[in-house]
Amino acid sequence: MSLLSERASLAAPLPGSQAEPSMAGAGDYLALMKPRVMSLVVFTALAGLVVAPGHMHPVLACFSLICIAVGAGSSGAFNMWYDADIDAVMSRTSDRPVPAGRVRPGEALAFGLVLAGFSVVFLGLMINLLAAGLLAFTIFFYVVIYTMWLKRWTPLNIVIGGAAGAFPPMIGWAAATGGIGLESILLFLVIFFWTPPHFWALSLYSVEEYRRARVPMLPVVAGLDETRRQILIYSALLAPVGALPWLLGTAGLAYGFIAIAGGAVMVALSWQLHRAPDKRTAKRLFAFSILYLFVLFAALMVEHALGFQQFGIPFGRVFA
Amino acid sequence: MSLVMDQQSSERGIVLSAEQKSRRRSRSIALAVALAVFVALIFAVTLVKGPGVMIRPL
Repeated sequence: MSLLSERASLAAPLPGSQAEPSMAGAGDYLALMKPRVMSLVVFTALAGLVVAPGHMHPVLACFSLICIAVGAGSSGAFNMWYDADIDAVMSRTSDRPVPAGRVRPGEALAFGLVLAGFSVVFLGLMINLLAAGLLAFTIFFYVVIYTMWLKRWTPLNIVIGGAAGAFPPMIGWAAATGGIGLESILLFLVIFFWTPPHFWALSLYSVEEYRRARVPMLPVVAGLDETRRQILIYSALLAPVGALPWLLGTAGLAYGFIAIAGGAVMVALSWQLHRAPDKRTAKRLFAFSILYLFVLFAALMVEHALGFQQFGIPFGRVFA
Repeated sequence: MSLVMDQQSSERGIVLSAEQKSRRRSRSIALAVALAVFVALIFAVTLVKGPGVMIRPL
């Protein structure tokens, strides 16, 4: 037997073992990073970068955003590694790479570790340690606090876990300034209060799936009526919180108008859902919540790019 | 007879199907692109930051 055939026989797959050749394509690894969630993370982090005072070189800003995007991708990979059992029983997620068998759990874990390591280390080396620390904490919060602990334990999972999705503007701000300003905390609060009505609206029309997967989402544990009541409460909290950047003088009139009008529509849709519950209204609220956050942050960025934020109410200068 | 066939198949080692080859190729290309982008990014950041590339604020 030649040396070549000897090595080949050593490499032969064991039946039923993990030595089967991988069926993962590049697209599966992209899917592990949850590109839609990643795009929202990048968008909100960009808002933090744009709103931050001072000038950041475009190349460094791009580098920061890529690190934040890759960090978000690592969180997605960790989430899919850990939640493969839940994903497998939900029709919305059953075709994800791990439950579908195209990527092995170990591969997803290794991919997440590599992405997390690279994103945090290079953000720290090239930009600043505060931004890197916040990115590392965000990944830890999403993976350990939310995915491993809260998600399977309490119906408040997405209320507390929503903080993970609210950090990106603070990371963007920290990358640009090396600090944490009031404005970045306000952006954090906007996303934090936006998350519960957004996800609970989705869970209202996926309640059977969450029940089958034994995930204690609010509609599964407390019922649909209580969920609709909580959606209304959080939407009523979101409306004034969304207007805070304008009220405190860090955003201009256009932002203020959009925040008030958008907040009013969020409350109106939540009220409609509370009074006359149906899946269509829940879907409308879910879709509008995405539009609301997008337009709000876009208005903030456009105002800062054009220098219009100076036309905000100067309450912030009173507090400053 | 079956012993001979087992020997033959084990000597061939892992034989990838056309689908597996195509997916391995897509993974290899994606890895190459990712590495090229990574090198280009580090180069660009080094150019922007100049000699003080490792000096950074807290």
